[in-house]
Amino acid sequence: MKKMTYAEAIRDGIRVEMNRDGNVYLCGEDVGKFGGCFGVTAGLVGEFPGRVLDTPITETAIIGSAVGAAAAGLRPVAEIMFIDFTGVCMDELFNQAVKMRYMFGGKAKIPLVLKTICGGGVAAAAQHSQCMEAWFAHIPGLKTVMPATPADAKGLMAAAVRDDNPVIYIEHKQLLGLSGDVPEGEYVVPLGKADIKRAGTDVTIVAWSWMVHRALAAAEALAKDGISAEVLDPRTLVPLDKAAILASIAKTHKLVIVHEAVKTGGFGGEIAAVAAEEGFDLLDAPVKRVTAPDTPVPFSPVLEKAFLPDEGKIIQAVKELF
Amino acid sequence: MQLTKENLLAFYQTMVTIRTFETKAAELFAAGKLPGFVHLYIGEEAVATGVCANLTAKDYITSTHRGHGHLIAKGGNVDLMMAELYGKATGYCKGKGGSMHIADVDLGILGANGIVGAGQPIAVGAAFACKYKQSGAIAACFFGDGASNRGTFHEAMNLASIWKLPVVFVCENNMYGISNCQRDHMNICDISDRAAAYGVPGVTVDGNDVVAVYEAAAEAAKRARSGDGPSLIECKTWRWRGHFEGDPATYKNPEEQKTWIGKDPIPRLAQKIVELGHAADADLAAIADAVKARVAAAVAFAENSPDPLPADVLTDVYA
Ligand SMILES: Cc1ncc(C[n+]2csc(CCOP(=O)(O)OP(=O)(O)O)c2C)c(N)n1
Repeated sequence: MKKMTYAEAIRDGIRVEMNRDGNVYLCGEDVGKFGGCFGVTAGLVGEFPGRVLDTPITETAIIGSAVGAAAAGLRPVAEIMFIDFTGVCMDELFNQAVKMRYMFGGKAKIPLVLKTICGGGVAAAAQHSQCMEAWFAHIPGLKTVMPATPADAKGLMAAAVRDDNPVIYIEHKQLLGLSGDVPEGEYVVPLGKADIKRAGTDVTIVAWSWMVHRALAAAEALAKDGISAEVLDPRTLVPLDKAAILASIAKTHKLVIVHEAVKTGGFGGEIAAVAAEEGFDLLDAPVKRVTAPDTPVPFSPVLEKAFLPDEGKIIQAVKELF
Repeated sequence: MQLTKENLLAFYQTMVTIRTFETKAAELFAAGKLPGFVHLYIGEEAVATGVCANLTAKDYITSTHRGHGHLIAKGGNVDLMMAELYGKATGYCKGKGGSMHIADVDLGILGANGIVGAGQPIAVGAAFACKYKQSGAIAACFFGDGASNRGTFHEAMNLASIWKLPVVFVCENNMYGISNCQRDHMNICDISDRAAAYGVPGVTVDGNDVVAVYEAAAEAAKRARSGDGPSLIECKTWRWRGHFEGDPATYKNPEEQKTWIGKDPIPRLAQKIVELGHAADADLAAIADAVKARVAAAVAFAENSPDPLPADVLTDVYA
């Protein structure tokens, strides 16, 4: 174990996989000499000559070329600087990357990692702050990864790189500086395995990415009021660990889902539907969702604070169930 | 084309306003007063100034993440701009947009933009509307050297050329897209060469010479207004600051930085004005002082303005 920040853990995950497999390369805007817009890939360009490539501002070509390279045997980690910019390359992802294998009758594989960053809280305004994971989870053939801790960040990066399918790996700006124990060397967290970040008996809070931490803070506060909340982090939305979610509901009989993305069409709706379809009898209360409102992300810190789900909103939602 | 004393003094005032506004913004950002990202235009003032001097309030522009200069040159109100940088309710976007999204639709300013290259097709659409309504207005589209690599550049140029739309594409070639310098992100020296691929005139001008920019843009605007279609103007210039405030810009060559600061567009214009006998140094200093007071008033306006109400997060989503 070694103390690392989330950003360092991602970098270490990439480094280990690049050392392990000569077919892995990293490309994207400013990932090389600049070390990435948030410093996540700092130094890798010196460690891996010819395998860390600075690209022009050319998102369609970043993802399109990664699809081609993957089809031809490489394992690209292709960065789109902010998740908001994936709009630019969406065709390459949702019509090309994820459909090739299926349309070719299983005769191709596209082991591509689209690495990007989501989230608010830094007054970056509407075009640099979104949580778009529901878009991606809705695409068959794509896996969706959203690590919340440094260890998960490293282990899920390894799993994403090793996976033979297109994977979107979504970091969160608020977590980059978060520090924690991370296993050294090769370390893989399998895709599709949820993690109980805090055990509890009275209510299940499912949250991912930054919201795991807000849910944990809410759980601490709730404990003082005698409510024992379990915080479950699915870690990957696709594949989704339904069994773990249902097992937790079987224990607590109450479900609150917390995500930073807006409510309508959000992935919280999918989890609520799983609970209703497969766990109806386990529930003692209606399912609650704590999300951002259905608006773009505002700039002003006052407005952004009102926009983002926080501890207070989570506590309130939980208390409404009792 | 004979530029009058009034023209040149107006250029000077605009350029000094941009410089002063942004120098203040840098200071405020460093003091922790401005939230979010701030991308400054310092060093590039001659481009927005020379281009917008050919536009009226009826004409449209699309801007970039580095948009303060375009807004000021198109006639934007510095109080409302500064309040928006602070995220105040009195700002241009009521605190919802911030530096990267400031717009003034009544003045034809269709927004700064956080998505590189997104403004190019939007300008084409505005130009289409001008042609469709036969309003006589035109659109100008500002974008960087980096943005000229986006697919939107190709699609926008091509569509504007086949539809003969009244749009002026203005590439602000400051030679960097964040850390990526021009020689690493394209295989050509002059971005104006790309115009040939669309059957459109393309010129490269000294982007630190406001008169050169003005003249090239005048020609392109004339062409657009007379129904002859789009043009591409490449303005070679330099951004003095980091990509955003806080970026130490270690990827830049300090020698080059020094050379370019030596080509500061503002003293160059000042010298010309004085040489032509249009004004004395003291007159120019008086203009600069007045601008300083104006910007100080904008800061006071912003600081004395209220924050938006939290409930306002829900407004303006739908018309
Ligand atoms: C589609 C998209 N890709 C990447 C970015 C991140 N980004 C913001 S500004 C910038 C560089 C832009 O360079 P250029 O167009 O030359 O303009 P300059 O900053 O030099 O004025 C990049 C890569 C973005 N905002 N949008």
